[in-house]
Amino acid sequence: MDPINWQSFFFLLFSAVACFFAVAVVISQNIVRMAFYLILSLGATAGLFFLAGADFVGAMQLMIYVGGTLVLLVFGVMLTAQGPFITMKTRSGEWILAVIVGGSLLAVLVQTAISVDAWQGPAIPAPGDAEQVAAVAATQNEITHTATRLGMGMLGARVDQLEQSNPTVREGMSGYLLPFEIVSLHLLVVLVGAAYLARTKKRADAV
Amino acid sequence: MNLLTAPLGVTPLLIVGAVLFVCGAVCMATKRNALGVLMGIELVLNGANVNFVAFSNPTLRADSQFSLGLDGQLIALFVIVLAAAEAAVALAIVLNLYNNHATVDLDRADELKG
Repeated sequence: MDPINWQSFFFLLFSAVACFFAVAVVISQNIVRMAFYLILSLGATAGLFFLAGADFVGAMQLMIYVGGTLVLLVFGVMLTAQGPFITMKTRSGEWILAVIVGGSLLAVLVQTAISVDAWQGPAIPAPGDAEQVAAVAATQNEITHTATRLGMGMLGARVDQLEQSNPTVREGMSGYLLPFEIVSLHLLVVLVGAAYLARTKKRADAV
Repeated sequence: MNLLTAPLGVTPLLIVGAVLFVCGAVCMATKRNALGVLMGIELVLNGANVNFVAFSNPTLRADSQFSLGLDGQLIALFVIVLAAAEAAVALAIVLNLYNNHATVDLDRADELKG
């Protein structure tokens, strides 16, 4: 029996948690429990990002999504819920239609995901081929620190593609400086707009 | 068991992303609470992020035809930031709806109906 591949083991664990709590978010009718399940699902997804070699994206997922966006959502629940156990029932006809459409969409997506051979992972080496075994193991255990390369990409220098063979691509390879500026300004404008919108105003009918 | 001992490729991550995406879409379609719809949007964006990260996976680097490399992770970061901004604005709108109508039921937000 082969030794357990711990990367695969933790992948299965995190993906099971993420999918289970995502389904729980859909099924639950209590908005507070939905927020809690969403926190667990997004946290497990951050674990998946770490396993997939995207350490910086996983850290940002934990900080921004789980630490920021969900706190915002929980505050929204607290500021608007009219009772501790408020539920808004959905009609069963809507449920049936949504489940049918969602199931078809899931079937199409999964069929697409499993139909491409190149996505199935590294070819499983023959047991005797020591060179290939070592190559696959090296890919698996390669430790990638992406924070520096991502930061340089945001500032406009792609240090990960310095030996890009295509010269046309290399000249135009200016990184993501402009999108970074745009998203920064967008965040500023959006937060100012949100603060303006959320100001307490008198109700129109109370005047 | 093959799943536990063999190295995994991109396909399992894509399947997880598909499950998260469909859960979010069904959540957006069925919830009447505005905050529930917001949570569905977060799930959808998260499923898209899983796919981006899956295609920047280093196990894919051998066949570079599909690989996004570092671009996938950069786009995932942009999606996370945009999701935060979207949540802030949508929450402000929901709070305004609650102030004006004393409810967060989306079926009662029909003032723009012609």
